[in-house]
Amino acid sequence: MTGAAQFQPGDVVRVDDRLTLGHCRTPYFLRGKTGVIVSAQGVFRDPEKLAYHKPGLPAQVLYKVRFRQTDLWPDYRGRPHDQLEADIYEHWLVKVEGERRTGSHAA
Amino acid sequence: MTEPMRKTEIRQGAGGRAVHDVGGLDFGPIDRTEHDLALWEKRVDAMLVLLTGPKKGAFKIDALRRVIEDYGQQVYDKTAYYEKWIRAIRNLLVEQEILTRAEVEAKIAAVEQAMRAEGRELVGGTVPWDTTEAPI
Repeated sequence: MTGAAQFQPGDVVRVDDRLTLGHCRTPYFLRGKTGVIVSAQGVFRDPEKLAYHKPGLPAQVLYKVRFRQTDLWPDYRGRPHDQLEADIYEHWLVKVEGERRTGSHAA
Repeated sequence: MTEPMRKTEIRQGAGGRAVHDVGGLDFGPIDRTEHDLALWEKRVDAMLVLLTGPKKGAFKIDALRRVIEDYGQQVYDKTAYYEKWIRAIRNLLVEQEILTRAEVEAKIAAVEQAMRAEGRELVGGTVPWDTTEAPI
Protein backbone atom coordinates (compact mmCIF):
# COMPACT_ATOMS: atom_id res chain seq x y z
CA MET A 1 0.00 0.00 0.00
CA THR A 2 1.05 3.56 -0.61
CA GLY A 3 0.50 6.09 2.09
CA ALA A 4 2.48 9.33 2.11
CA ALA A 5 -0.03 11.91 3.28
CA GLN A 6 -0.40 14.75 0.79
CA PHE A 7 -1.98 17.11 3.35
CA GLN A 8 -0.81 18.31 6.75
CA PRO A 9 -2.80 19.47 9.78
CA GLY A 10 -3.76 23.11 9.22
CA ASP A 11 -3.97 22.79 5.45
CA VAL A 12 -7.16 24.25 4.04
CA VAL A 13 -8.89 21.90 1.64
CA ARG A 14 -11.98 21.88 -0.49
CA VAL A 15 -14.08 18.76 -0.91
CA ASP A 16 -14.35 18.03 -4.60
CA ASP A 17 -17.81 18.81 -5.94
CA ARG A 18 -18.40 15.89 -8.26
CA LEU A 19 -21.21 13.49 -8.82
CA THR A 20 -20.41 9.82 -8.52
CA LEU A 21 -21.39 6.64 -10.22
CA GLY A 22 -21.68 4.03 -7.53
CA HIS A 23 -20.63 3.78 -3.89
CA CYS A 24 -18.64 6.51 -2.19
CA ARG A 25 -18.23 7.73 1.39
CA THR A 26 -18.20 11.47 0.80
CA PRO A 27 -21.52 12.98 1.90
CA TYR A 28 -23.30 15.12 -0.64
CA PHE A 29 -23.74 18.02 1.78
CA LEU A 30 -19.95 18.44 2.13
CA ARG A 31 -19.12 18.52 -1.56
CA GLY A 32 -17.70 21.84 -2.66
CA LYS A 33 -17.24 22.93 0.98
CA THR A 34 -13.98 24.19 2.46
CA GLY A 35 -12.51 22.88 5.71
CA VAL A 36 -9.23 22.36 7.51
CA ILE A 37 -7.21 19.17 7.91
CA VAL A 38 -7.16 18.09 11.56
CA SER A 39 -5.24 14.84 11.22
CA ALA A 40 -4.50 11.84 9.03
CA GLN A 41 -6.49 8.89 10.36
CA GLY A 42 -4.59 6.16 8.56
CA VAL A 43 -4.35 4.52 5.16
CA PHE A 44 -7.23 2.36 4.01
CA ARG A 45 -8.21 0.41 0.94
CA ASP A 46 -10.53 2.44 -1.29
CA PRO A 47 -14.17 1.72 -0.37
CA GLU A 48 -15.29 2.85 -3.83
CA LYS A 49 -13.49 -0.22 -5.21
CA LEU A 50 -14.03 -2.64 -2.29
CA ALA A 51 -17.76 -2.16 -2.80
CA TYR A 52 -17.39 -3.96 -6.15
CA HIS A 53 -15.18 -6.78 -4.83
CA LYS A 54 -11.98 -5.16 -6.14
CA PRO A 55 -8.78 -5.07 -4.03
CA GLY A 56 -9.29 -1.38 -3.23
CA LEU A 57 -5.93 -0.16 -4.50
CA PRO A 58 -4.37 2.33 -4.53
CA ALA A 59 -5.11 2.72 -0.84
CA GLN A 60 -6.17 6.19 0.28
CA VAL A 61 -5.19 8.35 3.22
CA LEU A 62 -8.25 9.15 5.31
CA TYR A 63 -8.31 12.58 6.95
CA LYS A 64 -10.32 14.11 9.70
CA VAL A 65 -11.52 17.40 8.20
CA ARG A 66 -13.15 20.14 10.27
CA PHE A 67 -15.77 22.48 8.84
CA ARG A 68 -17.52 25.56 10.18
CA GLN A 69 -21.22 24.83 10.51
CA THR A 70 -21.93 28.31 9.16
CA ASP A 71 -20.04 27.31 5.98
CA LEU A 72 -22.26 24.24 5.53
CA TRP A 73 -25.75 25.59 6.16
CA PRO A 74 -26.81 29.02 4.89
CA ASP A 75 -29.49 29.31 7.59
CA TYR A 76 -27.45 27.83 10.45
CA ARG A 77 -28.92 29.01 13.74
CA GLY A 78 -26.49 27.46 16.23
CA ARG A 79 -23.53 29.17 17.81
CA PRO A 80 -21.23 30.93 15.33
CA HIS A 81 -18.17 28.82 16.21
CA ASP A 82 -19.89 25.42 15.96
CA GLN A 83 -17.93 22.88 13.95
CA LEU A 84 -18.43 19.57 12.19
CA GLU A 85 -15.75 16.94 11.68
CA ALA A 86 -15.92 14.32 8.96
CA ASP A 87 -13.65 11.57 7.66
CA ILE A 88 -12.82 12.24 4.01
CA TYR A 89 -10.51 10.25 1.74
CA GLU A 90 -7.61 12.00 0.04
CA HIS A 91 -8.91 11.53 -3.50
CA TRP A 92 -11.86 13.76 -2.61
CA LEU A 93 -9.77 16.67 -1.31
CA VAL A 94 -8.21 19.58 -3.19
CA LYS A 95 -5.73 21.89 -1.47
CA VAL A 96 -6.70 25.56 -1.21
CA GLU A 97 -3.32 27.15 -1.87
CA GLY A 98 -1.93 29.98 0.23
CA GLU A 99 -4.24 29.43 3.20
CA ARG A 100 -3.59 27.67 6.50
CA ARG A 101 -5.66 27.64 9.65
CA THR A 102 -3.77 26.55 12.71
CA GLY A 103 -4.57 26.17 16.39
CA SER A 104 -6.27 23.23 18.04
CA HIS A 105 -9.75 24.62 17.45
CA ALA A 106 -9.22 26.10 14.00
CA ALA A 107 -11.90 25.41 11.44
CA MET B 1 -18.80 -14.31 -11.16
CA THR B 2 -21.55 -11.79 -11.88
CA GLU B 3 -19.85 -8.43 -12.31
CA PRO B 4 -21.74 -5.88 -10.18
CA MET B 5 -22.84 -2.80 -12.08
CA ARG B 6 -21.79 0.71 -11.09
CA LYS B 7 -24.90 2.84 -10.85
CA THR B 8 -26.40 5.52 -8.67
CA GLU B 9 -30.05 5.76 -7.74
CA ILE B 10 -30.76 9.50 -7.55
CA ARG B 11 -33.07 10.98 -4.91
CA GLN B 12 -35.75 12.96 -6.68
CA GLY B 13 -35.69 16.73 -6.38
CA ALA B 14 -32.58 16.77 -4.18
CA GLY B 15 -29.86 18.00 -6.52
CA GLY B 16 -28.30 14.83 -7.90
CA ARG B 17 -27.53 13.18 -4.58
CA ALA B 18 -27.85 9.42 -4.20
CA VAL B 19 -30.98 7.97 -2.61
CA HIS B 20 -29.34 7.21 0.74
CA ASP B 21 -27.32 10.42 1.03
CA VAL B 22 -29.89 12.52 2.85
CA GLY B 23 -27.76 14.60 5.21
CA GLY B 24 -29.26 18.09 5.52
CA LEU B 25 -32.65 17.23 4.01
CA ASP B 26 -35.74 17.75 6.10
CA PHE B 27 -37.08 14.40 7.29
CA GLY B 28 -38.76 15.70 10.41
CA PRO B 29 -37.72 14.96 13.98
CA ILE B 30 -35.46 11.99 14.81
CA ASP B 31 -37.03 9.16 16.80
CA ARG B 32 -34.62 8.85 19.73
CA THR B 33 -36.44 6.09 21.60
CA GLU B 34 -34.32 3.00 22.23
CA HIS B 35 -35.73 -0.44 21.53
CA ASP B 36 -34.50 -3.99 21.95
CA LEU B 37 -33.50 -5.82 18.81
CA ALA B 38 -35.73 -8.67 17.69
CA LEU B 39 -34.11 -12.10 17.51
CA TRP B 40 -34.08 -12.02 13.70
CA GLU B 41 -32.31 -8.67 13.77
CA LYS B 42 -29.60 -10.08 16.03
CA ARG B 43 -29.27 -13.04 13.69
CA VAL B 44 -28.86 -10.78 10.68
CA ASP B 45 -26.19 -8.84 12.54
CA ALA B 46 -24.35 -12.04 13.45
CA MET B 47 -24.60 -13.31 9.89
CA LEU B 48 -22.96 -10.17 8.54
CA VAL B 49 -20.14 -10.33 11.08
CA LEU B 50 -19.42 -13.96 10.15
CA LEU B 51 -19.67 -13.41 6.39
CA THR B 52 -17.39 -10.35 6.36
CA GLY B 53 -14.95 -11.75 8.93
CA PRO B 54 -11.45 -12.92 8.01
CA LYS B 55 -12.42 -16.60 7.94
CA LYS B 56 -15.22 -16.39 5.39
CA GLY B 57 -14.48 -13.08 3.67
CA ALA B 58 -17.55 -13.40 1.44
CA PHE B 59 -17.61 -9.65 0.76
CA LYS B 60 -16.65 -6.36 2.37
CA ILE B 61 -18.96 -4.11 4.36
CA ASP B 62 -18.54 -1.61 1.51
CA ALA B 63 -20.32 -4.04 -0.81
CA LEU B 64 -23.24 -4.29 1.63
CA ARG B 65 -23.49 -0.50 1.64
CA ARG B 66 -23.35 -0.42 -2.15
CA VAL B 67 -26.24 -2.86 -2.59
CA ILE B 68 -28.34 -0.93 -0.07
CA GLU B 69 -27.53 2.34 -1.83
CA ASP B 70 -28.68 0.80 -5.10
CA TYR B 71 -32.21 0.46 -3.73
CA GLY B 72 -34.76 2.62 -5.49
CA GLN B 73 -36.00 5.58 -3.47
CA GLN B 74 -39.40 4.04 -2.73
CA VAL B 75 -37.83 0.86 -1.39
CA TYR B 76 -35.06 2.64 0.48
CA ASP B 77 -37.45 4.91 2.34
CA LYS B 78 -39.88 2.14 3.25
CA THR B 79 -37.59 -0.61 4.50
CA ALA B 80 -36.16 -0.87 7.99
CA TYR B 81 -32.47 -1.03 8.87
CA TYR B 82 -32.06 -4.81 9.16
CA GLU B 83 -34.45 -5.46 6.30
CA LYS B 84 -31.98 -3.57 4.13
CA TRP B 85 -29.13 -5.67 5.51
CA ILE B 86 -30.68 -9.09 4.99
CA ARG B 87 -31.78 -8.34 1.45
CA ALA B 88 -28.30 -7.08 0.60
CA ILE B 89 -26.68 -10.12 2.25
CA ARG B 90 -28.92 -12.44 0.23
CA ASN B 91 -28.13 -10.68 -3.04
CA LEU B 92 -24.39 -10.55 -2.33
CA LEU B 93 -24.24 -14.28 -1.57
CA VAL B 94 -25.67 -14.89 -5.03
CA GLU B 95 -23.50 -12.22 -6.66
CA GLN B 96 -20.42 -13.92 -5.16
CA GLU B 97 -21.72 -17.33 -6.26
CA ILE B 98 -21.74 -18.72 -2.73
CA LEU B 99 -25.43 -19.58 -3.17
CA THR B 100 -27.69 -19.65 -6.20
CA ARG B 101 -31.08 -17.95 -6.38
CA ALA B 102 -32.67 -21.39 -6.67
CA GLU B 103 -30.96 -22.55 -3.47
CA VAL B 104 -32.13 -19.49 -1.55
CA GLU B 105 -35.69 -19.80 -2.84
CA ALA B 106 -35.81 -23.54 -2.10
CA LYS B 107 -34.63 -22.94 1.48
CA ILE B 108 -37.21 -20.21 2.04
CA ALA B 109 -39.94 -22.49 0.69
CA ALA B 110 -38.81 -25.30 3.00
CA VAL B 111 -38.80 -23.01 6.05
CA GLU B 112 -42.25 -21.69 5.16
CA GLN B 113 -43.57 -25.22 4.82
CA ALA B 114 -42.11 -26.22 8.18
CA MET B 115 -43.64 -23.16 9.85
CA ARG B 116 -47.05 -23.89 8.36
CA ALA B 117 -46.80 -27.50 9.55
CA GLU B 118 -46.16 -26.19 13.08
CA GLY B 119 -49.13 -23.85 12.78
CA ARG B 120 -46.91 -20.77 13.04
CA GLU B 121 -47.92 -17.50 11.45
CA LEU B 122 -46.04 -16.36 8.35
CA VAL B 123 -45.44 -12.64 8.13
CA GLY B 124 -44.05 -10.58 5.30
CA GLY B 125 -43.95 -11.55 1.66
CA THR B 126 -41.70 -12.01 -1.31
CA VAL B 127 -38.65 -9.78 -1.60
CA PRO B 128 -37.72 -9.35 -5.28
CA TRP B 129 -34.10 -9.83 -6.36
CA ASP B 130 -34.13 -6.48 -8.15
CA THR B 131 -33.40 -4.04 -5.32
CA THR B 132 -35.33 -1.23 -6.98
CA GLU B 133 -38.53 -3.28 -6.57
CA ALA B 134 -40.45 -3.15 -3.31
CA PRO B 135 -41.25 -6.32 -1.32
CA ILE B 136 -44.56 -7.86 -2.37
